[in-house]
Amino acid sequence: MSNWVLIIYCGLITYFTRFTMIALIKKEMFNDRIREILSFVPSAIFPAIIFPAIFINDAGLFQIQDNPKIIAAIIAVVIGIFSRSIIATIFSGLASYWFLIFVV
Amino acid sequence: MNGKLKIFLKGVIDVSPLMIPVVPFGLIFGVLAIDVGFTPLETMGMSLIIFGGASQIVLLQLFSGGASSLVIISSVGAVNSRHLLYGAVVSEHLSDLKLIWKIIISYFLIDQAFARSNEYFKKNKDENKYFHLVGGGATCWIIWQSTTFLGIILGAAIPEKLGLSFAIPLTFLALLINDFRKFVNVFVIIVSGLVATLGYNIIPFKAYVIVAALIGLLSAIILTKMIKTNE
Repeated sequence: MSNWVLIIYCGLITYFTRFTMIALIKKEMFNDRIREILSFVPSAIFPAIIFPAIFINDAGLFQIQDNPKIIAAIIAVVIGIFSRSIIATIFSGLASYWFLIFVV
Repeated sequence: MNGKLKIFLKGVIDVSPLMIPVVPFGLIFGVLAIDVGFTPLETMGMSLIIFGGASQIVLLQLFSGGASSLVIISSVGAVNSRHLLYGAVVSEHLSDLKLIWKIIISYFLIDQAFARSNEYFKKNKDENKYFHLVGGGATCWIIWQSTTFLGIILGAAIPEKLGLSFAIPLTFLALLINDFRKFVNVFVIIVSGLVATLGYNIIPFKAYVIVAALIGLLSAIILTKMIKTNE
């Protein structure tokens, strides 16, 4: 599949999820239990992108020693919990990462 | 000033503060897309065609890991599914909208515009109220396209050893920040993260995102049920 076809398919699936949301889904379709479970979707899906990006190195191997990303991510989480700010979370993580690889 | 324009501008003003984090997000996307090997034209095409930060970043992440197209597309679908609940809430405000408007507005439905317009819809019953969503969406669109463009230009100048790809997990971490305070969410986060990391090289076709998300969701179903039974 060429890159362009891939991009178009990803665009279509994104668009149709949005369309489904406002045109097809009604509030009554979800009972409280389904709603409760759906509220966990972000917690279930984002870590599947976050964790490998931190723990798996460029060679595709699990790396826990000498891995500044782990410490930087922990700092970002702590800052995020206290500040509740998206920007503070991202920048504290990046700043700690740069500090660890360039200064320490 | 006519009513539609006024509501449109109200949407622009309401959504503006939420645009601050979108700026670095867009820049990072542009820089990374070039970094993982997309052409400037393809990168711009992604922002124009997909117009969704999380979808686009997942696409980059899996593409750079060598995942197959089918896995990439279904993972993008899975990432988008987080909006279904939100949609159910906001759709009642848009139920009297003509189909053609729903088709147009769907393209502009991004988190930030959604959040602001939902608040507006609760308070305003004007028949042109959906121009608020168009205003917010158009603002996001301009910011997203221009920061992508800037990121593409910067991408050529930023050295690889800066390790800017680390911004991907950080961006997603930032989206979960409110969930780190809740016990069940933290449990689900750890389950999903462990499955994805340990399964990274074992789960075939790089389908680790979907497998981990499903197991994470299953753990949420079981844990919440257990908590209810014990109450």
